[in-house]
Amino acid sequence: MNFLAFIGRLVLDLCAEIGRVALFARDALLTGLSPRFYWGQIGAQLFRVGYTSLPVVAMTAFFTGGALALQIYTGSSPTTAGTLVPSIVAIGITRELGPVLAGLMVSGRVGASIAAELGTMKVTEQTDALVTLSTNPLKYLVGPRIVAAVISLPLLVAIGDTIGIMGGYVVGTKTLGFNGFAYLKTTADELHVDDVRSGLIKAAVFGFIIALMGCYHGFNSKGGAQGVGRATTNAVVSSAILILAANFVLTSVLFGKN
Amino acid sequence: MAEPFIKLENVRKAFGPKHVLNGLSLSVEKGRSLVVIGGSGTGKSVMLKCILGILQPEAGTIEVAGQNALGLKGEARDQYLRRFGMLFQGAALFDSLSVWENVAFGLIQGRGMARAKAREIAMEKLGLVGLSADVGKLMPAELSGGMQKRVGLARAIAADPEIIFFDEPTTGLDPIMADVINNLIVDCVQRLGATTISITHDMASARKIADDIAMIYKGEIIWQGPAKMVDRSGSPYVDQFIYGRAEGPIKMDVLKA
Repeated sequence: MNFLAFIGRLVLDLCAEIGRVALFARDALLTGLSPRFYWGQIGAQLFRVGYTSLPVVAMTAFFTGGALALQIYTGSSPTTAGTLVPSIVAIGITRELGPVLAGLMVSGRVGASIAAELGTMKVTEQTDALVTLSTNPLKYLVGPRIVAAVISLPLLVAIGDTIGIMGGYVVGTKTLGFNGFAYLKTTADELHVDDVRSGLIKAAVFGFIIALMGCYHGFNSKGGAQGVGRATTNAVVSSAILILAANFVLTSVLFGKN
Repeated sequence: MAEPFIKLENVRKAFGPKHVLNGLSLSVEKGRSLVVIGGSGTGKSVMLKCILGILQPEAGTIEVAGQNALGLKGEARDQYLRRFGMLFQGAALFDSLSVWENVAFGLIQGRGMARAKAREIAMEKLGLVGLSADVGKLMPAELSGGMQKRVGLARAIAADPEIIFFDEPTTGLDPIMADVINNLIVDCVQRLGATTISITHDMASARKIADDIAMIYKGEIIWQGPAKMVDRSGSPYVDQFIYGRAEGPIKMDVLKA
């Protein structure tokens, strides 16, 4: 009976948490993304989420593209490898690995930072101070972070896709002995606009998830340094899980009929 | 008796099973300085946050200048909040902004004032709290606790508000700096003609800045009167608090060894 009560309590807590996140998302969209817009804040967040995340996303994409090329080469026959490696690297990176890995890397880097910053602002009453200065925290803090993440992630993924494909190209030509021109031609032939577009759509959704979870956990942190630490961990973990779940749903929707 | 400018009636607020405000009623006349004293966890900060709309009470009424303050949204809420300035216990300065940007924040972001004009006003307000223009360029982390409180005070009065709240204005300061802050509060309030509510444990501060004193205990106001009457309140609760006695009707939850 105690075990059932424990399970029931977990389910109820989960439902309550989902409800709180949904209400926060509603407020963030209706209030945070309505006029007035704080353009300076949006610019600062674009720099922080987009520009400063570029090195980590680029390195992740490059090494993933290279490793993918090696794995596909190992698993394919010598006669088909010349076609399979460039095409699977390109499609794998643009459709799946590019957006998912960029999302996970940015959630670890930016999602954690958003939660820590807003959490500290919350426990030191800076968010209350915003209210007393006639400034809505949802508009000033949440809206710009969501806008910046939704714009930045697709840009990061577009750059990451290119670098990931180049990672496969470098390994393919320098290690596996492929012809460089043939590799690029096969990539261009096999890669379609829909592959890239689906990855960018996923990236925008992942950007929303990262900013939303960072802001939600930051805004709801309490109890000083320990509470801020907990909020940071929760922001990263919940973002990662939601990114993977959203990736499955989006893949089903975008490619389910193929 | 004059019509109350700030009036709370039977305000109740709970956090889960913990009832913080238990039918709190309070009134402040225009231009008066009310200091609310009381122990930790008795609901002082929650009361201020309810007046500001940061927290929503479950029951009761809050009126400011005859206007209902509960449930305001959008432009009505913005207009309402423009009446207020607040000095927070930890100053609550924005870490990422310089001192002058902190002071000018409400003018620039809250009221859409041009930065140059807002900077001019910020520097003037920093001067009023005894800080030089050079301090305006520093970041909050570079300031001492007393200087942060003064910057917080400059930010609270930057827009010449009608109502100013002071949350533990002297907590964490040495006695001399605490008296400096008290003098600045009295000076600024007189200059603005503002109505103020301060919450504090510090009786020296309360005696210095108060026209009236109220004592909060278990989420209710148990005594309110002129500051000069606080020593003759007739309330054993007030007497125990102002003289800082361990023995009395207020029982602290301290485990005996």
